[in-house]
Amino acid sequence: MTAAEASSTADRSAPSRPAPLLTDDNAFFWEAAIEGRLVAQRCNGCGQLRHPPRPMCPHCHSLEFDVMPLSGRGSLYSYAILHHPQHPAFDYPVTAALVDLEEGIRLVSNLSGVERSDIEIGMELEVIFAPTEEGAAVPVFRPVGADELRGPS
Amino acid sequence: MSAAPPSFAGKAAIVGIGQTEFSRHAGRTELQLACEAVTAALSDAGLTPGHVDGLVSYTVDPVEETELVRSIGIEEVGFSSRVPYGGGGSMGVLLHAASAVASGAADVVVAYRAIRARSGATRFGGAKVAPTPTSGHAGTTAMQWCMPFGVLTPASWMALNSTRYMYQFGVQSEDIGRAVVQLRAYAATNPAAWGYKKPMTLEDHQASRWIAEPCIHLLDCCQETDGSVAVVITSRARAGDLPQTPVAIGAAAGAGLFEQEIASDHYRGDLSVMEGSVALARRLFGDFGFERDDIDVAMIYDAFSPILLMQLEALGFCGPGEAKDFIAQGNLGPDGSLPCNTNGGLIGEGYIHGLNLVLEATRQLRGTAVNQIRDARTALVTASRTGAILTTRERGRHP
Repeated sequence: MTAAEASSTADRSAPSRPAPLLTDDNAFFWEAAIEGRLVAQRCNGCGQLRHPPRPMCPHCHSLEFDVMPLSGRGSLYSYAILHHPQHPAFDYPVTAALVDLEEGIRLVSNLSGVERSDIEIGMELEVIFAPTEEGAAVPVFRPVGADELRGPS
Repeated sequence: MSAAPPSFAGKAAIVGIGQTEFSRHAGRTELQLACEAVTAALSDAGLTPGHVDGLVSYTVDPVEETELVRSIGIEEVGFSSRVPYGGGGSMGVLLHAASAVASGAADVVVAYRAIRARSGATRFGGAKVAPTPTSGHAGTTAMQWCMPFGVLTPASWMALNSTRYMYQFGVQSEDIGRAVVQLRAYAATNPAAWGYKKPMTLEDHQASRWIAEPCIHLLDCCQETDGSVAVVITSRARAGDLPQTPVAIGAAAGAGLFEQEIASDHYRGDLSVMEGSVALARRLFGDFGFERDDIDVAMIYDAFSPILLMQLEALGFCGPGEAKDFIAQGNLGPDGSLPCNTNGGLIGEGYIHGLNLVLEATRQLRGTAVNQIRDARTALVTASRTGAILTTRERGRHP
């Protein structure tokens, strides 16, 4: 193995996915993700969920909210298999996904552990967490009942 | 309905257009490109920088008003504004300019866009991770919710919605490719176009590499372009004293909806319909007194070809899911019911972030386009959530 190959291998061993950017509005979401929990913002005033997080409820204007645990289950609303242009932080192709969670909010995410030919809009999904740079994690999705032995890819 | 039209309707007109060459390497700054396009547009209008008292551009444009004023010798600017929403805001410059002129806030407004989308510090369509949670008006609302997932490019944002559109209505890549074939046919006869003398077949389209499966091949993408375009707008009364055929801004509108983002627009319930364009059409074809049948030629923002189909439906030129048939029937061609993007569009001519479509609409209504549509008197220009209806008819829709 050449030094360059060794270096490349070493690089691959550490997560290169960029860490999410934390703000006062979104920190609760990403802090939960590090703990392997998928959560959403639930308005204290009217009980509606919202995502992405925002400081004010657009329905009742409350600034108070609960952090609600979600089941992590949902269905594939849409997807795209991204080939180009490429960014060095990701392995291509990247499977981008829009996931409609059963609680009624939508996430931009990735599909994991599914062959391209098996991707179907409407397929049932469950959350797993992928590590990022700086020790954070983000929710990605795999088919419900995906072979445990195959694990997250 | 038939409420009175907004008071600016028909009060302002495009009286000058100017542009640089479109290339992949301009070899000069955006500021210089803007200076060249703006002075060319003023010359076309028979005006000088001394007449200009209003400036409008996009929030994302790198050319500062102060730099432009100093560079070309504008004496005093009374009105300036910028339109958000990236390319989706393109046609908003016409709404701003027409409103400023009609209200008396400005007499002569220049709208401009200068871009080095190909040779700039970062390629416009390139994959970039964000240094801040939002893009700061650089083209997508909430980078923080896309970036950790590698959803980093305009193509990726468009693709997520386009896949759903294709699924919903049974649209195939070939259906989209037929629109691109028409755009490239127009571009092939436009000497200013990237695609000049380079027509494309459906087979070429299908053979080009995937950018984002299952909806965006390489040849579905607009050309990252270096260049600048500018448009001069003044009152219709003053326009009569100027050399060019005045092209009146008969209608102009924008529609930014609840839960709608800019390019990363993934959160509204039904993404198979471009609801911003539905709302835009409701405004443009509502109180202004125009009907879809009045439109002789249309310029529709085609950064990526799937959104051309989606906008044709959302604007009401065909029903949901019918754009593929509308296109296959040849309706976008020179003899069709809606000749569309007759310069080749952003895909065939080049990508000056949408504003070059306004120049083409103006040429069509002057009768000076290279792919001239016979008797074109009224043109639609739209970009997702902003748009305008331009006309050389004397008033409203009827001569």
